[in-house]
Amino acid sequence: MKKDLFGLREEEYRQIKETLQREPNDTELGLFGVMWSEHCCYKSTKRLLAMFPTKGRYVFQGPGENAGIVDIGSGIGIAFKMESHNHPSAVEPVQGAATGVGGIIRDVIAMGARPIASMDCLFFGPPDDRRSNYLREGIIKGVGSYGNCVGVPTVGGLTYYDPCYTGNPLVNAMCAGLVRLDGVVKSDTSKPGHVLVLLGSKTGRDGIAGAAFASAELDEAVKKSKPQVQMGDPFAEKLLIECCLEILDKGLIVSMQDMGAAGITSSAVELAAKAHAGAELYLDNVPLREEGMNPFEIALSESQERMLLVIEERHYGDVKKIADKWGLECANIGRLIEQDRFVLYFKGQVAADVPASMLASGPTIDWPKREPAQRVIHYPTKPQTNIDGKDPMSVAKALSELPQFEDKSWIYEQYDHMVQTRTTLGPGNSVAIIYVKEIDRLIALSAASDPWRCAIDPMIGGMETVAKAVRKLAIAGAYPLGMTDCLNFPSPEVPENFWTMSEVIRGMALACQELDCPIVSGNVSLYNESPQGAILPSPVVCAVGYFDDKKFLKSNEPNVSDKLFLVGSGGSLRASAFERTFEGRLSGPLEPLDFDAERDFCSRARKTALEAAASSGKCVGLGGVAMAIIKMLRQSNLGAAIKSFDVEFLFGEGCPRALYAVPEEKTDKFLEIWDGFKVTELGSVIKDGTLRFV
Amino acid sequence: MKVSVIVFPGSNCDLDVKWAFEVCCNADVSMVWHTEKWLPESDVVVLPGGFSYGDYLRSGAMAAKSPIMGSVVEFAGKGGLVLGICNGFQILTEAHLLPGVLLPNVSTKFICRPCKIRIEQIDTPFTFLYKQGEVVNFPIAHHEGLFYLDDTSLAKLEESGCVALRYVNNPNGSLNAVAGITNASKNVLGLMPHPERVVHPLVGGQDGVRFFKGINEWVKEIRR
Repeated sequence: MKKDLFGLREEEYRQIKETLQREPNDTELGLFGVMWSEHCCYKSTKRLLAMFPTKGRYVFQGPGENAGIVDIGSGIGIAFKMESHNHPSAVEPVQGAATGVGGIIRDVIAMGARPIASMDCLFFGPPDDRRSNYLREGIIKGVGSYGNCVGVPTVGGLTYYDPCYTGNPLVNAMCAGLVRLDGVVKSDTSKPGHVLVLLGSKTGRDGIAGAAFASAELDEAVKKSKPQVQMGDPFAEKLLIECCLEILDKGLIVSMQDMGAAGITSSAVELAAKAHAGAELYLDNVPLREEGMNPFEIALSESQERMLLVIEERHYGDVKKIADKWGLECANIGRLIEQDRFVLYFKGQVAADVPASMLASGPTIDWPKREPAQRVIHYPTKPQTNIDGKDPMSVAKALSELPQFEDKSWIYEQYDHMVQTRTTLGPGNSVAIIYVKEIDRLIALSAASDPWRCAIDPMIGGMETVAKAVRKLAIAGAYPLGMTDCLNFPSPEVPENFWTMSEVIRGMALACQELDCPIVSGNVSLYNESPQGAILPSPVVCAVGYFDDKKFLKSNEPNVSDKLFLVGSGGSLRASAFERTFEGRLSGPLEPLDFDAERDFCSRARKTALEAAASSGKCVGLGGVAMAIIKMLRQSNLGAAIKSFDVEFLFGEGCPRALYAVPEEKTDKFLEIWDGFKVTELGSVIKDGTLRFV
Repeated sequence: MKVSVIVFPGSNCDLDVKWAFEVCCNADVSMVWHTEKWLPESDVVVLPGGFSYGDYLRSGAMAAKSPIMGSVVEFAGKGGLVLGICNGFQILTEAHLLPGVLLPNVSTKFICRPCKIRIEQIDTPFTFLYKQGEVVNFPIAHHEGLFYLDDTSLAKLEESGCVALRYVNNPNGSLNAVAGITNASKNVLGLMPHPERVVHPLVGGQDGVRFFKGINEWVKEIRR
């Protein structure tokens, strides 16, 4: 019988044997299988991720820690990160999505931050498909029930629909937390002799080796693997947040690590690696939920709501006292040691003994790349032929029926988006704005993703994904401080996929560089494939922006008789919602980005917001100018009379462009700000709630 | 004014209501852990919103049995002001300081949105700065907010003027669109909407400011 290698490749297995100079036992093999999985060690993407700019004026902590941190002044930072929970959500949507939210919240706590806002970027198959709809309902319920109970507002996000997500939905959760910069918890401060304390829930058999599971395609057998999905308990998470913050406040923590993928093993190995130390763990001390668990299960369980703390031994009593107050388990389960060893003790025996640094430094793989022969996507669904594709009104109506354009209030009203009383602008707007009451300042969060364009031209698609998040911030009046990303792709082992992924990341990195928005944290999710096919390249970004002043521009509050202006030029029907709907395909080429124009656009947009030269402003994205108008008006019951333009102008996508509603008395100021940039008067806002092309 | 906010495991609007009392009336707010037996000297006791004990049993059922609740019931009995918001309202009904029960919303879904609330009674320590019948925006955020009470008791509650707040467009299916009630002596108020979420112009508006200012003035009046 073939030996179970826990997802390791043959050559990796040989390498382990050579280094150890012996056959690893099953527990050791399991440790390597998980720690060297794509999910934990980024073996396929390490080299690509090195392209991202990670330093900048406002970056306090870049990638490498549990979350990145940007400095917002007055000694306060925003710790933030985004993470995927795609595979678990495909199998068990409610728990999969819920534990995704829980995991990212713990990453933020691990930096010493109080979580203050979450965003969720969700990708589904068509809602008229039964399975897709079941997944969608479950995922939304999971996000809501967890976030609501834990008391972190869900302030915004994205929803995106394409048949490619039918068997493999994407759930990307982002969390931002508030941290005093002099109280940031780092992992390089721990030293040999420090004690490892497990805080939080008991350990059970849930989610064992989930990291390895997340690094494989979703075939039918895998979908039956519910034990690999973790169960969430938001109440326990809430207690864990408060307990960690109290322990931190007392100055008792040296370092801290979330127990997510690969549980105790990965958090202990990561902590040891960053301290350039080894670790020994006494698995008998781990509080268990079930009887008869073996060392492999205990070391790799992904039971939720647990943190690993590094403390000085003399503080254990005080830490335990605080844990008792919050009713949480607290156990001394090991220590950091001088030697480069990762040793697991169980029932007086050594269950595993391998070099710690070797576990922590997984292999790097450069998969073969090949540019796809042609980059066109054909959809099997019949294009809309009974509708006049030249008549703007009919086109707008047809596009409005795409789920992408639905009113999302039915989703976000299931999320508490106001708890913590910081939400200045919540869901339903282009950006979320959070009031940081501690220092009387505003910050903005924006999310962006554009799988269609990434599929057609990965480099330009990648650039536009980043640019869109920055444009949205600028229109609201904010400038970017930093960005987190979640890179969702199919198997890297297919040369065309690896080429596409490399190009997307290259494009994103270039845009981050050019637009001065460094990447401070992120996550990669590969092997997003199911029997229904592979997903489109789906990078998601969330940017944190900052306002000089407490002035911002909303995206959806125009007044009657405001003039509507489009700023910016370009845009085409290639790879657009129009092409998708009326021609049943997506095709290139896309217009390249002009970064000078991007920067010029952003600085004028910020000025427009700062000087309140408009009543509303909205980024032109999916569905082009016409759909931007519809979205801007949707919540106001107002309408618009739009002059006659051709379909390409109205529904073309791409390029830095924005729609503005400008009151009569502000027109001069507005035009002055945009002098030298292309401005087109589109029409005006009217009282009756219809859209008219006149 | 001395305010005591009771913190249960799972409370998550505790700091919000503290902030509201500080922003609106510069109150002296203590956070009181649920295992305490005695309240500190207080003019007002607040049971904040959240998911006490995860609400895995009935909402508020576990919290109502917390050690501190004996002291809260006694405080209310002596005429002390007790305010329960959202989960706090659920706890007040479970502790029998207020009648009725909060059932899952008719939609069976969690609902979070701004919400029009009509002030029905202004002869309470909490609402006297509003105008009779005034409509304000107090946001809601709950899964179990449907106020239910048997017909006779409900009629009695209405007659005695204990329905202090009513939804304009009943979002959760509450009987008689009840959003908030007081006890007969009007020193205990429970409400599902969140006045503490509307006390700052940058966060949802300021419709809740008079709610907290009112409590402050009432307390000052008693002191004098």
